[in-house]
Amino acid sequence: MPDAAGLEVIAEELRGADPSAVLGTTFDRGRAEIQIDPSKNIEVIEQLRERGFNFLASLHGVDYYPQEPRLGVVYELLDMTEVDRISLKARVSIEDPRIASVTSIWPGSDFPERECFDMFGVVFEGHPDLRRILMPEDFEGFPQRRDFPIGGEPILFTYNETDHYGKDR
Amino acid sequence: MEIKREALPQEMDFRSRQLMSRDMLRGTLEDEDLERFAEQAVMTTTLDRAVAWAQGNSIYPMTFGLACCAIEMMSIVAARVDIARFGFEAFRASPRQADLLILSGRVSTKMAPVIRRIYDQMLEPKFAISMGACCSSTGVFNNYALVPSDKFMPIDVHVPGCPPRPEALAHGILKLRDKIQHHDREGWRERYDAVGTEEVIPGA
Amino acid sequence: MSALGDYRKREESISYSVESAGMGETHELLSLNIGPHHPATHGVLRLIATLEGEVVRDIKPIIGYVHTGIEKTAEQKSYWKAIPVVERMDYLSYYFNAMAYCGAVETLLGLQIPPRAQYLRVIHLELNRIMSHLVWLGTSALDLGAMSMFWYCFRERETILDLFEMSSGQRMHTRYIQIGGVFEDIPPGFAAKLQKFVDGMPARADQYADLLEKNQILLSRLRDSCILDEQTLLGLNVTGPLLRAAGNPWDLRKAAPYSSYDHFDFKIPVGSVGDNYDRYRVRHAELYESTKIIDQALKGLPEGPTIADDRKVVLPPRHELATSMEALIHHFKLVTEGFRVPEGEAYYPIESPRGELGCFVRSDGSAKPARVHMRDPSFVNLQSTAPMVKDSYIADLIATLAMVDPVLGGVDR
Repeated sequence: MPDAAGLEVIAEELRGADPSAVLGTTFDRGRAEIQIDPSKNIEVIEQLRERGFNFLASLHGVDYYPQEPRLGVVYELLDMTEVDRISLKARVSIEDPRIASVTSIWPGSDFPERECFDMFGVVFEGHPDLRRILMPEDFEGFPQRRDFPIGGEPILFTYNETDHYGKDR
Repeated sequence: MEIKREALPQEMDFRSRQLMSRDMLRGTLEDEDLERFAEQAVMTTTLDRAVAWAQGNSIYPMTFGLACCAIEMMSIVAARVDIARFGFEAFRASPRQADLLILSGRVSTKMAPVIRRIYDQMLEPKFAISMGACCSSTGVFNNYALVPSDKFMPIDVHVPGCPPRPEALAHGILKLRDKIQHHDREGWRERYDAVGTEEVIPGA
Repeated sequence: MSALGDYRKREESISYSVESAGMGETHELLSLNIGPHHPATHGVLRLIATLEGEVVRDIKPIIGYVHTGIEKTAEQKSYWKAIPVVERMDYLSYYFNAMAYCGAVETLLGLQIPPRAQYLRVIHLELNRIMSHLVWLGTSALDLGAMSMFWYCFRERETILDLFEMSSGQRMHTRYIQIGGVFEDIPPGFAAKLQKFVDGMPARADQYADLLEKNQILLSRLRDSCILDEQTLLGLNVTGPLLRAAGNPWDLRKAAPYSSYDHFDFKIPVGSVGDNYDRYRVRHAELYESTKIIDQALKGLPEGPTIADDRKVVLPPRHELATSMEALIHHFKLVTEGFRVPEGEAYYPIESPRGELGCFVRSDGSAKPARVHMRDPSFVNLQSTAPMVKDSYIADLIATLAMVDPVLGGVDR
């Protein structure tokens, strides 16, 4: 991981190119994270790719309920030659959860973006085929948002089976 | 001292049957009691019983591994717990050729209609074992994504465990074999409206 | 013999003309649905294959048939109680799931793991890697037609599961790796049995190679089929044996060592061509390397505690509950409410048998994690099957699926 100073150097470079792209940096317990403006994610990623972080280890969503903006998309980038990791976080709001898709840069972000859409409702613009991937196609709701109930069914035993189904209905 | 002999009652409760068998073994069963005993014995060794014995010894399970329990199901085919010694090693992939569906693993809402369709495509007589905690109840995961298998198909034997040891699954399969061979299964499918669900393509 | 003679005459009298098919001619494309229940897929994977004759032009995987909502269920449980839930994700490498999750939580807590616990974790992780590769080898050979491999591989697997049962009481999903270290020290007799297994494993792995290497059908099915180059694989975010078969020696155990992996001397098998045969050879060679690691770890096992001694996080030893009031209170608090983790986020990647398995944990200061995401290698690696099988036959599709080694529990979570 780049240490705190290295992180600041990277952030300065990014701010140099576009001052509004970087919203903040965090270095906490060995993890370097840059919060970016969601509308500028492609530019920031391209810059980091030139710097060597050209492998996308993970793309996932987080729900920051009750803080606004609620939905976050986290990109974990990896530099294989220096063995360095850096995280990018782009937060979008529930009302307008749109962010540009990185499938043009990494074709392998196809499935993770679909999963993020399925579970949180983040719409990735430019994605070739944005459909539900884990839930059935006609499912309504976004399960991994914090305000979606956990669900579950009462288990059928012999003492309560006629409550749910049985010959004597 | 006079020993009074009474005719045995017509309806055969357990105690009466026990006394009858005792008398038979002693050789003191006579006349109409002996006739009734012979009738009973012959009725239980009819063709039905022989067919049930044959069915129980030649179950063709279907390859239906869903999740972690599937690995333990593969272990019962492997050499340590070997169900080939019972005759059940012929796993068939096609539901039309199999008669036991071992549901091994968690059943998600997306998979449930698929499983129901496959169960419907199996031909009578067919049985189902729900292996593991996740398909019997929802196991560790009682949430929006899983369905306990009792909700959409009739299950004959539930095998608990997470995942059940191969020996436990073998015990469950042998319990099913006992169930088939001794007619214990009679009636429960009718009580639950679980018959007549075959998917038959008309005209084919 | 005259029947044979007639047959030969009939064969030779058939005249046929060869038509060149393929590029330039328009043929009908057939969409074939393979799965989700199919004897040759590793779990409930559904593929829509677009075929032209018998040549595969495109496949679209449809997944989600074992989606269990593990990540959401883990948010409902306290940190300690989420370990069994998270373990059941990638069901062939359960120690790795627990390791990634515990590693992330330990990073958030800032816990130091004692060296004996680290070595025990390495031993069990490498045993699990061998076990996962054995199941892969057995079922892949079954798919490809070499059916007797299945029984030989499962024979070794039973020995490994006996070892797991000795150390933790369960064969699968053992909850052995806990936050702070391991559950319990290894019992007497474990070291001897493990040494016996380690001494015999290289010979067994040689047996597997002997069984398969002389099988011409298997070799011609695997050699030079479904090659994908390293740059495309990197674009698809593929890691693990698939990337190593294409020539990139990326392995997190060497690149970013965790849990004392840098104390051990082992090699990384790397392929050169990137075809199915290389993928098979890389995983087979990893059996030998893992055995070496276990041998070194067993011989160098340090003495000491097997779990961290921070009583706010780790359960006190049971004998103290009878004498110390503080231990009783700690035990009660840990079991009912659980420990609180300071706010923050952590991503902990490890090298699982299928690639980079990472766990992202976000904590909001309470006793339950606010978000647990497992970056599963099979989920990402599955995207590489489509470019791999383009323009090859259906039989190559089955062989490639076997060599990609997807575990659908991890794909669907």
